[in-house]
Amino acid sequence: MSERSLPAPTLPVADRPPVGVGAGATAPAPLSRQRVIPLRHPGRWIATAVVLVLVAQLAHGLVTNPFYQWDRFQYWFARPAILQGLVVTLEVTALSAVLGLAGGILLALARQSKNPILRAVSWTYIWLFRSVPLIVVLLILYNFSALYKTLSLGVPFGPGFVHFNESALATDLVVATVGLSLNEAAYAAEVVRAGILSVDQGQHEAAAALGLPKGYQFRRIVLPQALRAIVPAYVNQLIGLIKGTSLVFYVSLLDLFGEVQNMGSTYPTDVVPLLLVATGWYVVLTSVVSVVQFYVERHYARGALRTLPSTPLQKLRAGVRGLRERADRTHLGTVKA
Amino acid sequence: MSSTTTSPTRAAAVEVRGAHKWYGANRVLDGVDLTVQPGQVAVILGPSGSGKSTLLRAINHLEQLDVGHVSVNGELIGVRRHGERLKELGERAILAQRAGIGFVFQGFNLFPHLTALENIAAAPVATGRATREEARATALDLLARVGLADKADAYPRQLSGGQQQRVAIARALAQRPGLILFDEPTSALDPELVGEVLAVIRDLAGSGTTLIVVTHEIGFAREVADLVVFLDGGHIVEQGTPAEVLDNPQHPRTREFLSKVL
Repeated sequence: MSERSLPAPTLPVADRPPVGVGAGATAPAPLSRQRVIPLRHPGRWIATAVVLVLVAQLAHGLVTNPFYQWDRFQYWFARPAILQGLVVTLEVTALSAVLGLAGGILLALARQSKNPILRAVSWTYIWLFRSVPLIVVLLILYNFSALYKTLSLGVPFGPGFVHFNESALATDLVVATVGLSLNEAAYAAEVVRAGILSVDQGQHEAAAALGLPKGYQFRRIVLPQALRAIVPAYVNQLIGLIKGTSLVFYVSLLDLFGEVQNMGSTYPTDVVPLLLVATGWYVVLTSVVSVVQFYVERHYARGALRTLPSTPLQKLRAGVRGLRERADRTHLGTVKA
Repeated sequence: MSSTTTSPTRAAAVEVRGAHKWYGANRVLDGVDLTVQPGQVAVILGPSGSGKSTLLRAINHLEQLDVGHVSVNGELIGVRRHGERLKELGERAILAQRAGIGFVFQGFNLFPHLTALENIAAAPVATGRATREEARATALDLLARVGLADKADAYPRQLSGGQQQRVAIARALAQRPGLILFDEPTSALDPELVGEVLAVIRDLAGSGTTLIVVTHEIGFAREVADLVVFLDGGHIVEQGTPAEVLDNPQHPRTREFLSKVL
């Protein structure tokens, strides 16, 4: 109702004839009833045009340049060999993400512990694995069976109770997963620690004052709030991990990149389309993760924001509704005029 | 340190004996002795840095005393007697003791990711004092009691400061404590919201629950308190009924403080 009481601005004020000029000119409405004319941004329009031209050029090149061999891309994209590689990539990523996060939580808790030995061990672990390149970790693990023939669980320096035959246990998948998880845990630990530090001290005090059991305090009070800070940083980490799995090719595990590399050496003319296939699949994976991230963040924003951010679907609906309302309003305006 | 902890008749609700606390070289509590009888409302006054909050936090062992001890209903808090020595209790035992003592913070400290109802119902369920349904029903009753029956599903950030503090009081009440400690419950509130929180605390006074309130609200102290304690420089300068301490202060330091606050 209130919107309608404002007169629809028929002419921008600047285009109106000044008051008193021309006998038939209608006088502009008093200032108190006028809408403010928005500031023009000519620079933005120029920048938009330049960017659009560049994007169009790039797209044109991508489509028309025969070097990309899009027909070969299509041929390779869903080949069984590539899909097998994709499954390996997914397996290694999923296992390392879960193990890495679990290890990271333990390391972060140890870092926060009152026990100086735990703190020192955790600090050293993080320092070591953030210092050594992932490829070195993987290759050392790959050659591990040469260093230790059997692994035993038991008293240190004393008798062992359980013995593993290392070379039987350490399949390529295990080596890759262990290497990635060890590396991932060091980074995840810092992400988790940052999240825990972001929770207000008053929350710990309130939980303690209520007499909540220690585990409950962490799981139900501190962690859900910490996750708000942890999720964006950990997804970043996870995307790094997805792409980091391409290194497992060097420990002879044929992941997505490994398969592409393999096929590329068999069909040398198809190297470019094969690399584009790998790129395409990695883009798909990170896109899926990003979408999941949006909803997970939205879940943990409960209570932190007064209103939750709208989902794309809600935004679409609101946009359509807005357009319809605007159409109605202009329609009304013309009828009135 | 000898026979005062357990009296032959009824134990005092709160007894603090010889409380000393240092933060580094800074002496915060300097030999505080305080007795609050069951059902009493004690108001602790004093300038900032006088040790009021530290004393209050020592009562539910959020702060550990360097020397001295606290007992609630005759039970030592945070420590146990071992011959002629006091030994620190384990984490679990301390948490169990705290569950029976309510604490209301200056900054509310509600859990922002839980609704008002969940904030209140969480502790009784987590400490095994109530089933989920019982805790829910109690929480709804308590919300009605603090005048927020319609806010059960609101998150703390959707509530005003006064409403948040009333939820925090309801959360403390959910554990059915015999003793509730208030640490400047209205200091973070707009002046016009102070009244609604004080009204809730006033309702609690005389309900049999022992209350210890650190506050600057002298009018509230005069109206509700059975015992007014004036703390300065880490020790009790003066204590007595509101008539004694507020209207006829004996110590020059108390007079000086009251002349500034009133």
